[in-house]
Amino acid sequence: MSQLSQKHLLGIKDITRKDIELIFETASNFKEVIYRPIKKVPSLRDITIANVFFENSTRTRLSFELAEKRLSADVVNFSSSTSSVKKGETLLDTVNNILAMKVDMVVMRHSSPGAPHFLSRNIGANIINAGDGTHEHPTQALLDTFSIQEKCGHLEGLKVAIIGDILHSRVAISNILALKKLGAEVMVCGPITLLPKNIALLGVQVELDVQKALNWCDVANILRIQLERQQIKYFPSLREYSLYYGINKKLLENLNKEITIMHPGPINRGVELNSDVADSEHSIILDQVENGVAVRMAVLYLLAGIN
Amino acid sequence: MSTKRKLILDSNLLEITVSRLCHQLLEVHENFENTVILGLQPRGIFLAQMIHARLESEVGKKINLGFLDTTFYRDDFRRRQTPAKANTTKVDFIIESKNVVVIDDVLFTGRSVRAALDAMMAFGRPNKVELLVLMDRKYTRDLPIAADYVGKEVNTIESQRVLVELEAQGFKKNKIWLINTEN
Repeated sequence: MSQLSQKHLLGIKDITRKDIELIFETASNFKEVIYRPIKKVPSLRDITIANVFFENSTRTRLSFELAEKRLSADVVNFSSSTSSVKKGETLLDTVNNILAMKVDMVVMRHSSPGAPHFLSRNIGANIINAGDGTHEHPTQALLDTFSIQEKCGHLEGLKVAIIGDILHSRVAISNILALKKLGAEVMVCGPITLLPKNIALLGVQVELDVQKALNWCDVANILRIQLERQQIKYFPSLREYSLYYGINKKLLENLNKEITIMHPGPINRGVELNSDVADSEHSIILDQVENGVAVRMAVLYLLAGIN
Repeated sequence: MSTKRKLILDSNLLEITVSRLCHQLLEVHENFENTVILGLQPRGIFLAQMIHARLESEVGKKINLGFLDTTFYRDDFRRRQTPAKANTTKVDFIIESKNVVVIDDVLFTGRSVRAALDAMMAFGRPNKVELLVLMDRKYTRDLPIAADYVGKEVNTIESQRVLVELEAQGFKKNKIWLINTEN
């Protein structure tokens, strides 16, 4: 018997290594469940979950929805583009209205960093952060680290390079925090304009040369260039970025070892990652997506179990 | 609080009991052609393994053995202080149209067995399901559930516990205790 130390999952920053290990253990059990002829368990049958997405999402939202349905929860979906938010309603009012309909858990994505933290201080339901601006994306980091552990067998002492647009990436921050908590070594790599100024304070190495980063690491997590968050130009052109930082088969063939390639999606093929790598045997991109459902089932189940 | 324990089944007697249970199973299922065994996690799997090994050597061929975890099917989720920890489920065969012998160490309220019946249905629709338990605690059932094969019946009250210690679980000797936890 054990439970998480937190009532909400707002970020990796707030949870402990023990919490992460409990989530992994539970996720392995759920992974077995989703391979059964009947992929559904009745655990959350008396729970209603609202997926509140103020920002676009395909993968995360689908993954959460599938996880919720496989746990037999009742699910309501909300997206800001088709809602009263457009009419000027505040975040707290919107969520309180949803909660008045007796919702037990809220999965939220918002473009403002800290939005789920704000909510957690004002409402009683369990909150799961599904991405808040450029801040954190905890379930993505959990599924990434879970996938690495599954592929490599361990995380302690493993070298993981995160390559790409670190500045705008909530995936990067959550991944760094999770990897550090689990004892991995982390390096970030990208053009200097896309690396946050004080990133080294998180205890990571900083590298500008992608070939050196690949030589160093066991696992490379490639991130997308988040053009939608870039207000100014951080590099001359996508073509130039791709020439210097795009991962292709030739780069991997120059290494004297095999490394694992990850990407949280959506991939911009030919920009940060070439098809000859994305679809190669080195890539565990689709395993990440598969594990996403199991990890989210574990998070929902464990949070719901807290009285 | 005083704790008193009384030995209710020792190693020799357990040997005889398990042997009898195996023969009862063989009587009904003969060569286990269409029968599979499911041990319930976490503690029923050790007894299931013991019985399975014996049956295989008696029958002289492979018998399917699986482990079933019922955590996600329990009816006390969110009603107890902390969520129960899940264990591995390993059922790598189809139970559709098979006879299933579910094995657990102690039958108490019957709620675990109820959850197990639910969990089992996720792997198909079995032909017939039977329940084998080593210890049957009488008069403590919350649900109308009864075992088909019983190692030993014990009269217990709610404050008592039945503790099964098996060598397979890492104990020195096979011993089954009745523990009083009354004030």
